[in-house]
Formats: sequence, structure tokens, C-alpha cells
Amino acid sequence: MNTTVVAQLQRQFQDYIVSLYQQGFLDNQFSELRKLQDEGTPDFVAEVVSLFFDDCSKLINTMSASLERPDNVDFKQVDSGVHQLKGSSSSVGAQRVKNVCISFKECCHVQNREGCLRCLQQVDYEYKMLKTKLQDLFNLEQQILQAGGTIPQVDIN
Amino acid sequence: MVCEMETDQIEEMDVEVLSSMWPENVGTEADKQFNVEKPAGDLDTLKEVTIEEKPTIADLTRLPELMNSTQQGSSQLTNLVKQWEYMQDNAVRLLREELKNLNRQREEAEAKELKIIEEYKFESNEPENVPVLDETSDLFRRFRQKKRDALVDSKKIEIYEEFDTVAYWKQKALNLEKMLEASTERERRLVEKLSESLKTMESQSAPVQELTQNLERAEGFLHFILQNAPIVMGHQDKDLRYLFIYNKYPSLREQDILGKTDVEIFHGGGVKESQDFKREVLEKGKASKREITFTTDLFGSKTFLIYVEPVYNKAGEKIGINYMGMEVTEQVDKREKMAKLREDNAVRKAMESELNKTIHITEETMRAKQMLATMSHEIRSPLSGVVGMAEILSTTRLDKEQRQLLNVMISSGDLVLQLINDILDLSKVESGVMKLEATKFRPREVVKHVLQTAAASLKKSLTLEGNIADDVPIEVVGDVLRIRQILTNLISNAIKFTHEGNVGIKLQVISEPSFARDNTLTADTEEQEQNGLTETSVWICCDVWDTGIGIPENAIPCLFKKYMQASADHARKYGGTGLGLAICKQLVELMGGQLTVTSRVNEGSTFTFILPYKVGTSDDYSDDQDEFSDMADHQSEPDDTAEGYFQFKPLLGSIYSNGGPGIGNDFLPHKVMLTSPIKLMNSFVADPSNNTGQSEMLQLENGGYVDESKLETSSGHCPESAHQYENGNGRCFSKESESCSSSQASSEGGTLEMESELTVSSHREEEKAETDLKETSKPKILLVEDNKINIMVAKSMMKQLGHTMDIANNGVEAITAINHSSYDLVLMDVCMPVLDGLKATRLIRSYEETGNWNAAIEAGVDIKTLENEQVCVRSTNRLPIIAMTANTLAESSEECYANGMDSFISKPVTLQKLRECLQQYLH
Repeated sequence: MNTTVVAQLQRQFQDYIVSLYQQGFLDNQFSELRKLQDEGTPDFVAEVVSLFFDDCSKLINTMSASLERPDNVDFKQVDSGVHQLKGSSSSVGAQRVKNVCISFKECCHVQNREGCLRCLQQVDYEYKMLKTKLQDLFNLEQQILQAGGTIPQVDIN
Repeated sequence: MVCEMETDQIEEMDVEVLSSMWPENVGTEADKQFNVEKPAGDLDTLKEVTIEEKPTIADLTRLPELMNSTQQGSSQLTNLVKQWEYMQDNAVRLLREELKNLNRQREEAEAKELKIIEEYKFESNEPENVPVLDETSDLFRRFRQKKRDALVDSKKIEIYEEFDTVAYWKQKALNLEKMLEASTERERRLVEKLSESLKTMESQSAPVQELTQNLERAEGFLHFILQNAPIVMGHQDKDLRYLFIYNKYPSLREQDILGKTDVEIFHGGGVKESQDFKREVLEKGKASKREITFTTDLFGSKTFLIYVEPVYNKAGEKIGINYMGMEVTEQVDKREKMAKLREDNAVRKAMESELNKTIHITEETMRAKQMLATMSHEIRSPLSGVVGMAEILSTTRLDKEQRQLLNVMISSGDLVLQLINDILDLSKVESGVMKLEATKFRPREVVKHVLQTAAASLKKSLTLEGNIADDVPIEVVGDVLRIRQILTNLISNAIKFTHEGNVGIKLQVISEPSFARDNTLTADTEEQEQNGLTETSVWICCDVWDTGIGIPENAIPCLFKKYMQASADHARKYGGTGLGLAICKQLVELMGGQLTVTSRVNEGSTFTFILPYKVGTSDDYSDDQDEFSDMADHQSEPDDTAEGYFQFKPLLGSIYSNGGPGIGNDFLPHKVMLTSPIKLMNSFVADPSNNTGQSEMLQLENGGYVDESKLETSSGHCPESAHQYENGNGRCFSKESESCSSSQASSEGGTLEMESELTVSSHREEEKAETDLKETSKPKILLVEDNKINIMVAKSMMKQLGHTMDIANNGVEAITAINHSSYDLVLMDVCMPVLDGLKATRLIRSYEETGNWNAAIEAGVDIKTLENEQVCVRSTNRLPIIAMTANTLAESSEECYANGMDSFISKPVTLQKLRECLQQYLH
């Protein structure tokens, strides 16, 4: 009984995480991250990811404040924010966020305020999207653990 | 009578009419207009008049003749005469009619008179008359009778009644008399009238005045028109001598013109042309116009529109030309200006469009290149993963077939990596992104290292030679990384195409080549010299020669082109990207030099590049000397700073396959690391099937390094690693060692012969070594990174690899940390706030070179004390600094190397990358 639930949850988890990769929310770096998680640091991924989301929210706030002023945008400041965000997203494997950051950066370089605002919105959307997805994923993980199962290794490639 | 009058009048006209052709009132102003005129001031302008007054001038006498003889001349007169004739004819006709009338009237009158007389005679019946005219009277009578007979019938009675009355006859006579009188009177009046009419006729019949008037009008008109016309008119005879000229603004007097030709009058441009033109018209007999520009001393440069028509005499023979000219200089100028303007406009427009096109193309090209570069970057990272994983896979237990497949996979991957690196290099050079670094380096060392590296990967029995002339400075300044890249590329090329014999590098100082004399680079150098800098320039010629297959002459031109190889055949046989030489050439040219090649098929090729280098000051040199000797003490490395000859014998069974990818090979740590003799032996024993390796080993015994017991243990120890050597990969960490003794070097007077071998350890061994190291002393690692998440991830990874790290959040913190404690490895983010990784690395390197933090302090970094104590500790060691780069052009690996970094990891950092890095740099 319990084992069937676990197996189901595990399959669900696998399908879910694979879909996240397939839809481009995550890339290999996320697997790297998961590899780093062991008995010593069982919540490593969740910790890093939540730190990342906090970071996102803060950076997006500052950047949106910078970009709010129509005629006096400090693109340098925005650029450094984007750079941070790009580094972080690349580190956690948040592929979609990272990709938006790449075009965001280009907009910064050509000082295109409209483009920046558009990218900002996209980044905001993407990270929130990822956040919910990952929350679901972590919930699944928790359920598996509570059901007494183990988190399955997922071979993405 | 009429005819007489005509001729008379024409004669008169010739004189009078023509003389008045130019009215007198013109005279005052027109004095000089008519060159024909006397300067004496005779206001009568017409030549005819002049002729009469001055018969001396031949042409003047000729003019009337001309007027008479030429068609044009006579036509006007003919017209006038015709008109006059017509009028005279008309008058004559009228007169004749009148005369006829009068005659008729007279006849009537006479007839009436006769009748009256007859009647009178008959009625008066005068006898005296009868005898005179007997017969006639008879006739008369008869006639009268007859008449009377006829009349009688009707009037007989009346007549009879009155005939006899005297009163009747008297009355009748009176009446007749009266009638006669009236008739006579009428006749008289008619005669009077006739004579009167004859008189008026006489007065009218003088046409001179009329003609004169007409002519005067014509003259007046002509004069009115021509008075201010800026034209020159003239007549020239068939020898083109001026007979007549009219010029509104004369600059020559008539004597100077008349009787002469153009050529005799003027000199300069256009005169001949106009003369020829006139002659042409004369010959062709067809009037025409032409624009001629005269450049004469007389009136400067002026353009005239000239009309020339031939003149015929009445017999139709050409006797000369009429000529009319108008100055159109301004108009021509304007026209030409307009034309030029239009032309300029067109040219500018064309240029503009051309420019736009070029800009467009350039932009497109740049965009394409940028894209290529970005793409290449994007491709490179995953590909590195693929190749890396394949390499790791190759260390696992595989069967023969699997291994073969894997080998193919790895070598293909390597080739693609190489290609991408090459493309990146090329696009960087072409887009001008590539910057050159000026660093001090020792050419001898560079050559030695390049040859050593090449020798390590040799799979053929070739001898590699390095030959450096004595006059090559010990130390020069240039972009050593680029130069190494060129040398490595050329050497690997040479090796690839050489199956036996030698491959070598030869360095010598040459005088400044001609192509660089007016080069900006030279100018820069001179400028710097003038600015008081102690640096001087030296040109070094570097030959990379081989005894290989050579290059056919027809293939040489396309040798340096991208993606081109000498032939498709070669491409198949030898592989390669076809970009290597193109990159070399571009790099050499970027550095202000020249790359050339000479080759003979089957005898070998020599690639020669000439580059300018700066030579550092002697102060710097002595510093380095100290540093170097220091280092030499520590590492017991032979002092090769001045040695001019190296030779590397082949060493088979090396780890490198086809040349290996650039970065792994080119950018080994600068200092050769010595490993223990045991490890050294491992490399040989590792490949038991390799006989040459064994024989080489025998040579090694001379060096005294062979320890047989250890040899045995190690050979038994790692049978697996042998495979790795065959596979070969550039990213494997190799440690070169030189087995040579300094005593040997000194005994041979600076010429050193040595063999190079490679020691390679498998990952497993490395890890073992790492754990060994951990036990003894844990390596200290510093992570310089500003991104919290990156720090977290990297730290966690380090933990997995069994290390801990210190963290610095920016370049300044890094410098402070390095100042305070000693590290074995630094992982440095490139893009950071406050002080970026590149600058920080430069400052750290400067500290290592100079032993002080002056540069850092200058850059505004706050350095605490205690520095002096550490100087002596660390100045001998080069701290490995690994860059962590995002995949952008701005954070290129080249820039990292240029700033003194030893290697780089592209972000995001993965366990594998980190592990490789630690394996390479921690020992």
C-alpha cells in the first residue's frame, strides 16, 4: 500500500522534474546542485533556490526602481543587477531566467529602457513561475520522504 | 527712259546709299568700333566713304567691288531696285493709261470738230472751199446729198420752212462757234493737264530719295541692333585675311588686323583651332558654328561662339568667309560649373550609396561575426562537457571496440573544440576586440617550452631543434601568449607535414624590415623614444622550418586563407581546421609584423615571421636575473637564460593526439614543474608495448634517475592508465620535466642537449595524490566572488571535493586576504564590483614580481602592514589564479591569460570543472 503510493509519487516526481527540464525551466546546473545535496545537507537545493528567489525579488525591486524614472535611468546600476541575476540563475540552473537575463543585458548595453522594462517583466514572470514549479517539486519531495520513500535519481540526459 | 533711270539710280545709290549706311550720330560712340574707320575721326563709318577718302588701303577699295560682286552684297540693292522698278512700272502704267484717255478724248474732240466743220461747210455752203477740194467736194456733195436724201424724207418740210431764214442760219453759226470755242478750250485744258501730269511724273520719277530712305531705315535698324551687341563681325578672303572687321570692343587697331590672318594677329590657345575651323568651313562650303576658347596674351582666356559662313561671288565661286563671334566666356563658365556641380553631385551620390552599402555590409559582417563568436562560446561550453565526459569515460573499464569508438569521439570533439577556438580567435582579431598585451618574456624560454610541448606530443621520430642567435636579447616585451600561440601553431603544422627529419625554430635579430619603415607602429616606437622612454625596439625574425613534404608553389597564395589547405587531398590526409595559418597571419599582422613562407616540395617548408619587440631597461633585467637565480636555486633548473640551442628527441607514446587543443597545450603554467623520478618513470612503463620508450629509458640512465625497484612497482601499479596515454587529450594535466644536468650544460659551453619526457598521472592517481597532500597539508583556496548564490554553490562543490575555501567578495578583499595569508589557489570571478578580477590579478602579479604592493596602493587598495615579511616567502612562487568567466566576449579567456591568470573555468561552475582545475593546480 505504502510502497505503491511511494512508487506513484516517485514516478510523479520524475515526470515532473523531467518536464521542468524539457520546458527549459531548468538545465544541467540544477542537476549539479542536486548532486551536492547529501545526508549532511539534506535541504541544500531548497536553501540555495530560496536564496536565489529572495535575491531575484530584491534585485528586481531595485532594478524596477531604477527603471521607473523615465529620463534618468542608471543603466550601469541596472546592468550590475542583471549581471548578478544572470550569475545566480546560471549557478542554480534557472535556464529561462538566465536566458531572459542575456537579452536584458543586451538591452542595458544599448540603453534601451523599453526593452529593459520588458525584460524586467519577463524575468519577474519567469522567476515566479519557476518558484511555484520548484515549490511543487519540493512538496513532492517532502511527500515522498514522508511516505518513507527516497528521492529518485533522475537521469535527464 | 525707265531703263536709263534705273541704271543711273543704282550708280548713285552705290555711292550715296552706302555712304549713309551707318548714320552719323553713331560716330561719336562708335569711333573705334569700326576698325575700317580712319582714326582721323571721320565719322562717316562706311567703308565706301573711307574708300573714297583713303584709296590706299587695298581692301577698302575692294569693298564696293565686293558688295557688287558678291551675292550677299548685291542682293540688298537688287531688292531695292526691284521694288523701285515695280513702283516705276506702276507709275508708267498709270501715265500710259492717262495718255490713252487723253488721246481718246482728243480724238473725240477732233472727230466732233470735223463733224462740226463738215456740218458748218455743208450748211453754210461756202463755195471758196470747194475749189480746193474738188473731188472731195464732189464726194462731199454726193455724200451730203445722199445724206440729205435720207434726211429729206423726214424733215423736208421743216427745213424747207426754216432754211430760207437768215436768222436761223445766223443762230446756227453762233451756236457752232460757241461749241467750237468750248472744244478748243477743253483741248487746251487737256494739254495743260497732260503737261502737268508729265511734270509730276518727272518729279516722282527720281527714286533716289525713296531708296535712300529705305536704306537709311535698314541702316538705322541694323545700327540700333548692333550698337551694343558684344559681337565681332568680319569678312575674310579665301586666304583668311581680314578684309573687314567690326568689333564692339576693339583691342587692336584696324591696321593690325586688316590684311592679316588670325594666326598672324594672335598667338596662343584656340587661334589655330579657329583658323582651322574657318578653313574647314571654306572648304566644305557649309556655314557652321563652334565654340572656341582662346587663350591669348591680348585678352586672356575667353570663349567665343563663332559663326562662319562661306561667301560666294555671283559666279558661285568661294571668295572668302563671313565671320561672327560672340564672347560667351561667362556662360560657358557657368555651364561648366553647372556641369561640374552636377557631376560632383552624381559622384557624391554614388559615393554615398557606396558608403551606405559598405556600412551596411560592415554592420552585417560585424553582426555575423558577433553572432559567430557568441555561438561559438555557447557551443564551446557544452562541447567541453561532452569531450570531458568522454575522457573520463575512457578511464573506465572498456572493451577494445568501445575504446576505439570513444577515441574517435574524443578526437572529433577535440577537433571541433579547436575549430571553435580558432573561429573565436579569428573573429576577435577581425572585429578588433583582440587586444595585445605587452609583457616581458624570454624568447629562449618560449621557444624551449613550445618545442618541449611539441616533443611531448610527438608520435613520429622527428628531432626538434631550437636555435637562437646570440644577439637575441635575453628578455623582450611583447604579447607572449600570442607569440606562443603562433609558434605552437606553426610547429604543430610543421610536425604534421613532416614524416622524418627535423623540425626547428630559429631566432635571429634583423634590421628593421622595409615594410615597417612607414608603419604606424614604428612611428609609435619612435615617439616613445622621443618621449624619453628607455625602451628600444628590436626586430626578431623567427623561422619555423621543417624537412617535410613541402608546399607546391601554386598552393602558397591560398595558404593563409581561411578554411583553406594546400589541397583537398591534404585536408583529408592530415585533417585540421584550415584556420591555423590564417590566425597566425592575422596575429602577426596585428602585432605589426609579417608572416611569409618559402617551400620546396619534398624538401621542406620554412615559415618566417618578423615581429618588433621592445627591449626592457637593464634595471628590470637585473631584477629578473635575481628572481630567476632565486628560482633556479629552488628548482635546480639549469640556467638557460642565455643558452642558444635546444634539441628534443622524439618520445613516443605520449599523451597527446594530433597536436591537442590549443589551450591545454599552449597555456601550461609558465614554470616547469619537477616531479619525482618515480612519476617520470611511470610514463614510460605505462606503455609496455612501446619499444622506443624503453630505449629512451636507457638513455635516461645516464641522467642517473633510474631506480629499478621503483620502476617495477610502478609498472605493476597502473596498467590501466596506459590507455589514457594512447587516447591522448589536451586537458589532461601533464607535467614536464627535463632530465638534464646543469653540469652537462656548463661543460658544453651553453649548448645543452636534453630529452624531454612527460609524466602523466591518471585521475585516480591524482586523487590519490590529493588525499596524500590533504593528509600532510590542506591546500588553502581562496574564492573571490560577489554573488552569494555562486559562493554557496561553489563552496558546496568544494566541500564535495574535500576542500574548504576562504571567500573574498571583490578584488580588494582578495588582495587583502592574499596579503594576510598564503594561498595555494585562487578562484577569481572576472566581473566584480569595487575591483574586478582582471585588475586584481594584475596587482597580485605585480606584487609577485616586485615584492611590494605599490601598484595596488596606487590603484587605491588599502593594504595593511606586515607585507615585508611575506615578500621573501612568496616572491618565488607564482600563485595559480583561475578565472571564472561568464561566456561573453568581454570576459574572454585570452583576456584572462593576458592579465596574468593561469587558466579559466567558464560559468556555471560544475563539479567536474572544479575537480579538473584542482587536479591541475594543487599538488
